[in-house]
Amino acid sequence: MAVTVSERAAGTGVVRRRHRGPLPGFVPTLGFTMTYLSLVVLIPLAFLVLRASGVSWHGLLQIVTSPRVLAAFRASFGIAFAAAVIDAAAGLLVAWVLVRYRFPGRRLLDGLVDLPIALPTAVAGITLTGLYSDTGWLGAPLAAAGIQVAFTPLGILVALTFIGLPFVVRTVQPVLADLTRDVEEAATTLGARPGQIFRRILLPQLFPALLTGLALAFGRGIGEYGSVIFIAGNMPGISEIVPLLIVTRLEQFDYIGAAVLGTVMLAVSFLFMLTINGLQQMSRERLGF
Amino acid sequence: MASDPIPRQAFTEQTIGHSRQPSIARWLLILLAVAFLGTFLVVPLVSIFVEALSNGVMSAFGAITNPDALAAIRLTVLVAAIAVPLNVVFGLAASWAIAKFRFRGRSLLVTLIDLPFAVSPVVSGLVYVLLFGLHGLLGPWLQVHHIKLIFAVPGIVLATLFVTLPFVARELIPVMETQGQEAEEAAILLGANGWQVFWRVTLPNIRWGLLYGVLLCNARAMGEFGAVSVVSGHIRGVTNTMPLHVEVLYNDYNFSAAFSVAALLALLALVSLVLKNIMEWRMGDALTQSLAKR
Repeated sequence: MAVTVSERAAGTGVVRRRHRGPLPGFVPTLGFTMTYLSLVVLIPLAFLVLRASGVSWHGLLQIVTSPRVLAAFRASFGIAFAAAVIDAAAGLLVAWVLVRYRFPGRRLLDGLVDLPIALPTAVAGITLTGLYSDTGWLGAPLAAAGIQVAFTPLGILVALTFIGLPFVVRTVQPVLADLTRDVEEAATTLGARPGQIFRRILLPQLFPALLTGLALAFGRGIGEYGSVIFIAGNMPGISEIVPLLIVTRLEQFDYIGAAVLGTVMLAVSFLFMLTINGLQQMSRERLGF
Repeated sequence: MASDPIPRQAFTEQTIGHSRQPSIARWLLILLAVAFLGTFLVVPLVSIFVEALSNGVMSAFGAITNPDALAAIRLTVLVAAIAVPLNVVFGLAASWAIAKFRFRGRSLLVTLIDLPFAVSPVVSGLVYVLLFGLHGLLGPWLQVHHIKLIFAVPGIVLATLFVTLPFVARELIPVMETQGQEAEEAAILLGANGWQVFWRVTLPNIRWGLLYGVLLCNARAMGEFGAVSVVSGHIRGVTNTMPLHVEVLYNDYNFSAAFSVAALLALLALVSLVLKNIMEWRMGDALTQSLAKR
């Protein structure tokens, strides 16, 4: 900052040009960006961490390792991971079919892939609950087969799979579209079978993107609230997720408990962001973008 | 690519024609993908409208024109009308600083702007309750001065601002980066000032990206549930947005009314999706490039 001021005082725009380029507006736009970001996001988040850090280590351990909290973490992480794995498999299939094949209705389906992101989560929540309850279109046949989906952990799995799908499809799709097909064709000519081509040629190239998509879906699933709470049944210890537990703590005016759980969730999100950035870097390097 | 005599699309189609994959396997994969998307996306979407109309059109219409529902619609529009323009200004400023200049901490700044995307919506609401709630840091002071932020409209606006902050900036940064700055530099050399450059050169070039960001930002602002639910207090007719009103109706076992309001939100989502696809088609390669860069 000091450099810019002294340069301005010297009145030599030429010197500045060498540093930042000739365009004006760097200081005001960056200043506004930092101020706004700090006020809306960074200071509130910092205060969350500050509030949680007021708790002693002993108290912290007590909050985080209580059976109900541990069960909620297990449910949130376990089910979100399972949903992300399902999304990775299904998303790869969907991306493959959308990129490589032409069939009637393809463009419509392609456009619909983003529905889980566009649809408000509360709407997704009540809709899935209605569908998978004992009397619902999908829940009735499943119940007849002895499978209860709504109001069980399985319901959470369905909701998180729904929410996470676009993340995998939209990460894999552009990479798949950019792959040149000469290697595949060479392999076919040399007598490789489709299964071999998939494992030896396609999967290694798609792997970073697939992993990124899986991490995005996983991260989103851990924090997801609206689509889950309706279908989950919210039984403490069984189908209670961490975000709901935070809300419960707030409603009981247990601000410290809520702040501690919120800080753990924030740390997890940050870790996920760094992992995903690293994966994208890897993907770019491998494909030579 | 420019020197390629065969247009890319034609090349792709041709290769597909030559694909040696047995057609049974191909159709099986297509069938599997369509069945999955059908069960997971199409069936839920259709069921929203079927449930909404289960008691007839008049009943659905009545649920939407109920005073509490109308208040929720008004509040949702109000919150979006405040949050979206603010985040547009932020997005323009942030993308100008980040895309046109190189400075230390630039990539950290990009990461921090993305933070609201990664954080659980519940945490986004929680931070404001901890600051402004009754037992929060500024709670007692606010109470003395009779200022109510939490369980009131300002809290809802703040939570929405937090959640939708990255949308416009995230769309504009790659668009501005791919467009470079030769045009802007030329305008400056020709004697234009900063504002003239922005309005006459930059804005026309980024208009589709900007519109795209506004669209996504607005869809999320109107549909946000978790963050808003934490700060709202669920006061009917006062602090309920449309998604919160859906929740209240649903928890009252008033299912057809809940789905009627939900159908309105689903329509909004569908309109957003259609516009999004039109814009992606209009922006064509510019957007594909920027998406690939992420």
